[in-house]
Amino acid sequence: MSRVAAGARVLALVAATVVLAASPACVQSDARRPGSATMSPQTRAMQRDDAQNPAMLWVADGEALWSRAAGPAGRACADCHGDARASMRGVAARHPAYDEASRRPVDLGQRIAACRQRHQQAGPLAPESHERLALEAYVALQSRGMAVAPPADPRLDAHRERGRALFHQRIGQLDLACAQCHDANAGKRLGGSTIPEAHPTGYPIYRLEWQSAGSLQRRLRGCMGGVRAEVPPYDAPDLVDLALHLASRAAGMIVDAPGVRP
Amino acid sequence: MAGAPAFAQPSVVPVTVVGDAIPASLTGVPGDAARGRAIVTSRRSGLCLLCHAGPFPEERFQGTLGPDLRGVGARLSAAQLRLRVVDGRRLNPATTMPAYHRVDGLARVGNAWRGKPLLDAQAVEDVVALLATLTD
Ligand code: HEC
Ligand code: HEC
Repeated sequence: MSRVAAGARVLALVAATVVLAASPACVQSDARRPGSATMSPQTRAMQRDDAQNPAMLWVADGEALWSRAAGPAGRACADCHGDARASMRGVAARHPAYDEASRRPVDLGQRIAACRQRHQQAGPLAPESHERLALEAYVALQSRGMAVAPPADPRLDAHRERGRALFHQRIGQLDLACAQCHDANAGKRLGGSTIPEAHPTGYPIYRLEWQSAGSLQRRLRGCMGGVRAEVPPYDAPDLVDLALHLASRAAGMIVDAPGVRP
Repeated sequence: MAGAPAFAQPSVVPVTVVGDAIPASLTGVPGDAARGRAIVTSRRSGLCLLCHAGPFPEERFQGTLGPDLRGVGARLSAAQLRLRVVDGRRLNPATTMPAYHRVDGLARVGNAWRGKPLLDAQAVEDVVALLATLTD
């Protein structure tokens, strides 16, 4: 490891320690806490230890898929991108990002699916398919320990702003906005669950309730269904715009993917 | 559903708010506190314990978003309770508590729920009857 990288690692660790040590009574922009902070010690231990973290099974499959040729082009991700540990470093930390071809923001899963179609000419990678989640988990792992770094791309601004507005809009039969739970009531208990601050640092996650890995989109759709609102289809602009807003709320926080959640 | 005429009646009965209360019953039929208890503790209909704690020892998981319902029947009259269940937004437009008997002013309601209040008029009366018994 280069000295600079080692220094960055240490800084990241210091930052993470400060965040964890901050008292819940003073949750402010500089005391943001990742979802893992309010989990039980057992679930936290499961996330911390790669040998126990079930999401690492998806990572392992993603690593195998990375160098497996697919589609009539007969090319693997590795044929264009080389060693993911170098080329994919920081990629998850800066997604969602602007996609030139579709002239829209895309999240990491959509980016991988697009690469698969455009450059490998292979069949589509459906949202929440094992392959898409596996590759997404493997690529996300390469940003572990880095700061969430939303791109300062002005083409994203309108989408980010739309995401912010959606976050504050009361929706569904329960007439609740994301912000009412995740800004105003984070840390309180909704039935048996502690409400997290909704930072997307750990995605894709393994969720014990799902008994599977899942994407941020799946999590957002779950919250929408929970308030009995319309649930947009996977890859819908609403979900990506919300993810852009979440990334900007979490800017500077440490990527800890793949996470484990109750 | 066979036999259930689709749009036979309006799903929400009109209410008259007086001060911070709705004095008149929504149905004229007295509420049933036992049914109200079943609604309040249900995770499918009332959802109350997602946000509130209360004297319901059989329910392990109770929320902390709203005030504890213990003693609420001593703090508030049945008429005041009725307004808080029907539409607390009339008292506090920013409240987290959903309006349980109102269908207008909502956005992006899922198909299965559109045009339906969280609780029908008699269920509101049942819940009010239960809340009124929570006096200590
Ligand atoms: C009624 C409260 C409520 C509302 C409204 C709500 N959520 Fe959530 N959300 C939760 C709870 C509780 C969890 C934790 C999951 C669990 O344990 O069930 C959660 C989890 C999340 C997470 C995962 C955080 C993590 O650390 O893994 C994200 C992201 C999220 N919500 C975003 C949203 C967005 C975006 C909206 C609006 C579209 C929204 N939520 C609306 C209660 C809510
Ligand atoms: C999503 C959260 C949520 C749900 C679900 C919810 N409440 Fe509330 N409730 C609140 C909050 C928050 C308040 C505080 C009043 C305010 O916000 O203005 C409140 C206030 C009340 C009050 C007034 C209490 C007082 O001491 O003034 C009563 C009574 C009440 N709720 C009963 C119920 C019942 C009965 C149900 C279910 C049928 C229910 N609530 C469901 C959040 C909720």
